[in-house]
Amino acid sequence: MTLRATVAELVREFRASGRIVIVGASLAGLRAAETLRDEGFTGSLTIIGDEPYEPYDRPPLSKQVLKGWVPADHTKLPRMREVDADWRLGVAATGLDRATKQVRLANGELIPYDRLLIATGTRARQWPNPAEAALHGVHTIRSRDDAAQLQKELAEPPSRVLVIGAGFIGSEVASVCRELGIPVTVVERGAAPLVGALGGVIGEIAAQLQRDHGVDLRCGLGVSSLEGDPGGHVRRAHLSDGSAVDADVVVASLGSIRNVEWLEGSGLAAGFWGVGCDAGGRAFDINGVVTDSVYVAGDVARAPHVLYEYQFLAMEHWDNAVLGAETAAHNMVNLEPHYRPHLLLPGFWSGQFGVNIKSVGVPPFGDEIAFTQGSVAERRFAAAYGRRGRIVAAVTFDHGKWLEYYGKLIEQSGPFPPPPPGWDQPPDMKPMPAEFPDPRVPTAIPDVVLTGHAPSERTAEFRPRRH
Amino acid sequence: MRIVVDLNRCQGYAQCVYLAHEVFRLNGQEALTYEPNPDDERRLQVERAAVACPVQAIVIDRVDGAERGETS
Repeated sequence: MTLRATVAELVREFRASGRIVIVGASLAGLRAAETLRDEGFTGSLTIIGDEPYEPYDRPPLSKQVLKGWVPADHTKLPRMREVDADWRLGVAATGLDRATKQVRLANGELIPYDRLLIATGTRARQWPNPAEAALHGVHTIRSRDDAAQLQKELAEPPSRVLVIGAGFIGSEVASVCRELGIPVTVVERGAAPLVGALGGVIGEIAAQLQRDHGVDLRCGLGVSSLEGDPGGHVRRAHLSDGSAVDADVVVASLGSIRNVEWLEGSGLAAGFWGVGCDAGGRAFDINGVVTDSVYVAGDVARAPHVLYEYQFLAMEHWDNAVLGAETAAHNMVNLEPHYRPHLLLPGFWSGQFGVNIKSVGVPPFGDEIAFTQGSVAERRFAAAYGRRGRIVAAVTFDHGKWLEYYGKLIEQSGPFPPPPPGWDQPPDMKPMPAEFPDPRVPTAIPDVVLTGHAPSERTAEFRPRRH
Repeated sequence: MRIVVDLNRCQGYAQCVYLAHEVFRLNGQEALTYEPNPDDERRLQVERAAVACPVQAIVIDRVDGAERGETS
């Protein structure tokens, strides 16, 4: 048999009877499993999840579930096909031994694999003081159980809710509280809500939006401690300026932590920012060498992106979980040169205070912003982010139909400020500083050079979305 | 039945809201929320909404519920 024939036989054999283990039973894990079966993998498939539930969708948890419209257990993800897997739900993976190719579970079991997909995602950052975090009425919101419990308490209703942190989740929770008629105080360390994701200019608009809806918004402040009553229920929060807020429900929305602890000692490039991998989802080891048997997808993956100077990006975006999982799964059962890149133009959405906020690209990569369409006063607008004369992102408030226009410009490394789309232009389109809290130090890189697939061209080829 | 709307794709055309208003709702001008697990009797409505969606953002399950033994 020729070498080529032998390799082809090995691939056939792996697809027929290999063992694939997916750690993480959420959006990325499920879509990866479905893709593996779609691609003809008929070997054994094991899916490990630390929660007892089959894969469910998280975005509704902070919106329609909290509002009480949809029960928390109604968010199970639709199935595109049977995945015929051995599901290990309610048991966490606690270790990875790459030498013997085994995943260790919390119950002591060892699960052998030929190829492994890491899709363990993130968890909510808890309120740092454990005694205060344990008070009744103190919540984070990431899981189905979190949302169900918080919804129950909001329905009672509380006299006041305190939201700590005005990122997307915090702002959405505050929005739901106002819709339910519950008084809400939001305390944010930064200068404005959403400032980390969208910068200070948009943050000011988001701040006004909150205040117009009756949110008691306090920026530039921290919460120094939470105080409970003798029954162990939270009643008051003390702020860094010496003031206090009485509240009987507290929601800590302090961002997320990547679930990488179980990979300690595995020799993979796993750490605070996620698990490093190439654009095809193949994990790097601690020396930066790509592995052949371990893949990564979803929130926990961190891969270089052609559009952003090959910086490693970890994206907690719904789209990234779906498309990253599909790419990794495809590559798990194929050989080079049939590997696919995961070239996603990042994007996210948030519904809050009756406004649809959407973004495309990576706003914090930009340092300037220009309003390009609509009216800020009416909170219906589009704005573009630029860096060194190039458009790198855009954000819209109730202007979602225009995102595609900006997305195309970003993919093509179009100019900033972008050419006017020829409709609905605001009087002032002059760029201004985008005011991100931690402005990046200018680097020695003279210009953004997009090499993509053809180094001579300043474009990247994007894989068309499938479903 | 189970559905999910790809809200990256959704552009707030609201066709789904007209066709299945118990399942899809607009919160404001274009922020869509929906019931991800509507009653099976709404299947026809939801399927019509999915077909009518100009950006094809509504994903409907193709297999019924959980597989056997899944929650072991």
